[in-house]
Formats: sequence, C-alpha cells, structure tokens
Amino acid sequence: MAADAGMAPRPLRRALLGSGRRPVGPLAPRRPPGGRDAGRAAERRRTAQAGQQAGSRAFRDCHTRRPRAPYPVSAAWALIGRDLDSRVLIGVAKCSSLPPPALACNARSPPASKCVTTLEGHENEVKSVAWAPSGNLLATCSRDKSVWVWEVDEEDEYECVSVLNSHTQDVKHVVWHPSQELLASASYDDTVKLYREEEDDWVCCATLEGHESTVWSLAFDPSGQRLASCSDDRTVRIWRQYLPGNEQGVACSGSDPSWKCICTLSGFHSRTIYDIAWCQLTGALATACGDDAIRVFQEDPNSDPQQPTFSLTAHLHQAHSQDVNCVAWNPKEPGLLASCSDDGEVAFWKYQRPEGL
Amino acid sequence: MQPVSGLLSWTLSRVLWLLGLSEPGAARQPQIMEEKALEVYDLIRTIRDPEKPNTLEELEVVSESCVEVQEINEEYLVIIRFTPTVPHCSLATLIGLCLRVKLQRCLPFKHKLEIYISEGTHSTEEDINKQINDKQRVAAAMENPNLQEIVEQCVLEPD
Repeated sequence: MAADAGMAPRPLRRALLGSGRRPVGPLAPRRPPGGRDAGRAAERRRTAQAGQQAGSRAFRDCHTRRPRAPYPVSAAWALIGRDLDSRVLIGVAKCSSLPPPALACNARSPPASKCVTTLEGHENEVKSVAWAPSGNLLATCSRDKSVWVWEVDEEDEYECVSVLNSHTQDVKHVVWHPSQELLASASYDDTVKLYREEEDDWVCCATLEGHESTVWSLAFDPSGQRLASCSDDRTVRIWRQYLPGNEQGVACSGSDPSWKCICTLSGFHSRTIYDIAWCQLTGALATACGDDAIRVFQEDPNSDPQQPTFSLTAHLHQAHSQDVNCVAWNPKEPGLLASCSDDGEVAFWKYQRPEGL
Repeated sequence: MQPVSGLLSWTLSRVLWLLGLSEPGAARQPQIMEEKALEVYDLIRTIRDPEKPNTLEELEVVSESCVEVQEINEEYLVIIRFTPTVPHCSLATLIGLCLRVKLQRCLPFKHKLEIYISEGTHSTEEDINKQINDKQRVAAAMENPNLQEIVEQCVLEPD
C-alpha cells in the first residue's frame, strides 16, 4: 500500500462541544435523529437528514444557528451530509484551518428552523435521502426494502410519484446521477439498482451484481459515466455505463444502457467500507472504513478508460478512534474532506494529491 | 492455577531465549492473545440463554476455544464462533445480539468484534452471520423494546 503521503498532519486543536464526550457505540440505547420516525424525510426545503445511526451524534447535540461568519462556516456546512441546509450546524472541528469559534455551537439557544413538511409512507427507518440535481425530486430509501421518489413543486408541496420495491432487503443508500434523472440505490441484498423514469413511471432499469456482501454506499464520478460502490465485502467496485450501440461491443438490452464492472479495488480495506465519496472537482475517491481509517484513491493518469487503474494516494490510519461512517468532499474547495465516526466526532481534513502521482 | 501455568510458560520462554532458541517477543505475543481471549470468555460465559435458565457455558454454546483474539495494527480483533443449542434454533440471532451487547459494554480494551455461528451447526448460518455483523441491523434490533428487554435479562450479571 502507498504511504500516507498527501494528508495534512493530524490537526492540533480540537473544539469540543456541549457537555463533553460521552461514550457512544452502535448499541448505545438512544434514538438517532429520524431513526424511529419512518417517513420523516424533509426538515425544511433543501434540508435533509438521513436516519444514520452512530456517527450523527453531532447532529443531535447541536442546535441550528444562523451564520454570521462567511466562507469558513458555509464551507463546513455544505460538505456535511451533502445536502444540508446552511442552518444545520455540525459539531467538532478537528481542522486547524477553520476557526473554531465560527463553528462553535451554543447548546442553549433554541433551534432557529422549523419543520416545513413531514413525509410519511415508509414502514421502517429511513436510511438515506437525496435531492436530484434539478432540485425537483427527492429520493428516500428505507429498511422496509423500498425506494420512494417524491416530487416537489413551487409551493413546497411534496407528492410521492413512485414506490420502488425492487430490492429484496434493506436499502442502505440512494444517490442521484450528477446531471440526469437517474437514481441509484445500494442494498443489504448485495446489489446496486438503477432507476429511471419511463413513460410517467419509475422503473428499475439495471441491476449491478458482483459484490459479495451488503453494498453500503455509492458515488457517481463528476461526469456521471461511472459509479463507485463500496461494500461489506471490503472492496470498492467501479461500474461504467455503456449505451446501446457502443463501440466496445458491450451488449445492451433494448434501449437501456448497461453497466459493467470495470475495476475492483480489493486488498486495501481490512473491514467493511461504510461510505465512499467521489470529489466533483478533483476526481479523488475517498472511503470511510470500519478499521477507523480514511483512504483516498486517484485514477492513474494514463489508465485505459475501459479498464482504469486506481492507486491509493493517501491512507489515514486512525483517522478516528472508531469506525468511520461517512466521508464527504466539499463541493467548492478542492481537497477539503469531512468525516464522521462512531466515536461521536466530525473531522475535517485537507488532502493534497502527492507529487508525481 | 493460571498464575502458575503463566509462570511456567514464562520461565520456559526465558530458558529457550537464553539457549538462543526463540525470540522473547514472539513467545510473549501468543501469551497476550490468550489472556485477552480468556478475558473475553470470562464475560461471555455468564450470559444466560434466552430460553433456558442456564448460562451459555453450561449449554456449551460457547467455550474457551471458540474465542480468538488477533492483534492487528495495535487494535484487537475478537472473533467468536458460537454453537446454537439446536440446528434450527430461531434464537441464534438473539444469542449473537447478547454476545455483542455484553462485549460492547464490558470489554475494557478497544476491539473490533466478529461473531459467527460455528460452521455446519445451523441451517441458515450465512443469513444469521450477516445479520449479527451488520451494526445498523444490530442497533435497530436493540431499539425494539421486546428484544432489548430479553437481551438485558440475558446479559445481566448474576448477583
């Protein structure tokens, strides 16, 4: 494995919040936000909180607060949870480049946001929510094995347009294609499924099989031509879309594009990979693993698009003291990565691509 | 008994080292793993079976040899392979849950945990293994008040 070149040294300061550290494990008897309330998907327009388990303790402890400082605060907020409204605050800042006072949270001030709508329908915990790039569609998935697609109009009215029951087990994650209305879902049934709207109805247009265990998360690359999936089988798979009539001669059924696994990254992770994030600015691929580490991969400069090779360019051992559950790249600042963990902390990292790689 | 056997093996390893036949560090490593494994076993053997009034040790669901501890990058990986009492026991997942909860709460050193049903002892062992090792599903199960109560009773320390 490559050495951990390229990652900023462990940050010096740590700003703790609230009443300090309390032991948190995945089995601590407490209710994660949105966990038991099946169907609660939207806090307010453009705010979404997934019913994540441990690792979102920071959300629970913080109250929302209107920002006063510019850039540092909004950058941090934008990258956590991917679609968070600027008013939902995050907890501990481990990165020394972000001023702690701007991110500090006063636990005593009352919440400044109000719930606009509650979406009901799911019969079990909602595990993931995602806004489509157009902003008009919202996808939710649940442990009830279904994926729901909701449409929202100008008056903030939400309407369920489809309930997709293609998976045979819990659905862990949903993500939208960066430019098309193509939805992908990852499930405990070891598959990834893709959905599209066809003649006014949403259908499952592809099933990606190959992982040997639960698929925990997905990420599209900046162009949307490739999809990365990470799994409990400790591998990352990269899938590529082939349109009908493609030059490479990949068979397609009818007018549906087909997806093929073009790369598998194995041997890098020693435990379940819980999350994967593909930077839209730099193309770097970050993974959150159950061995407490964060890894970053980059595609080799001259790799064949049909058979790409990825190299491990950064390996942050003990990024957290427990499982890393989630990683997210900042959409505006290249190299700024946020991560959260079962240890109850959220950390910010600055990544620079190592020279010569 | 244990201190004596510990002393014996330590003495033996010292003698071997002096004779140039082994590295002192190497002899110590398996010793640490055994100690840790025994620590783990001490916690799990008193867990009660969900159905019967006996402990898992009494029912031979767990034994000393079913606990394995490995050291990986300064962290310990604990692997437990338990044998449910009957092949189609529907309480196998519950036993797995009890094991996980007990160790999560009581094991003093930092560890990662894997729990499996010992091979060939259950009809749906792959499904059960997958469930017990999925932390999201385990947490969801523990939010179920009925399951939570049963687990609490099973892991409760005897007075």
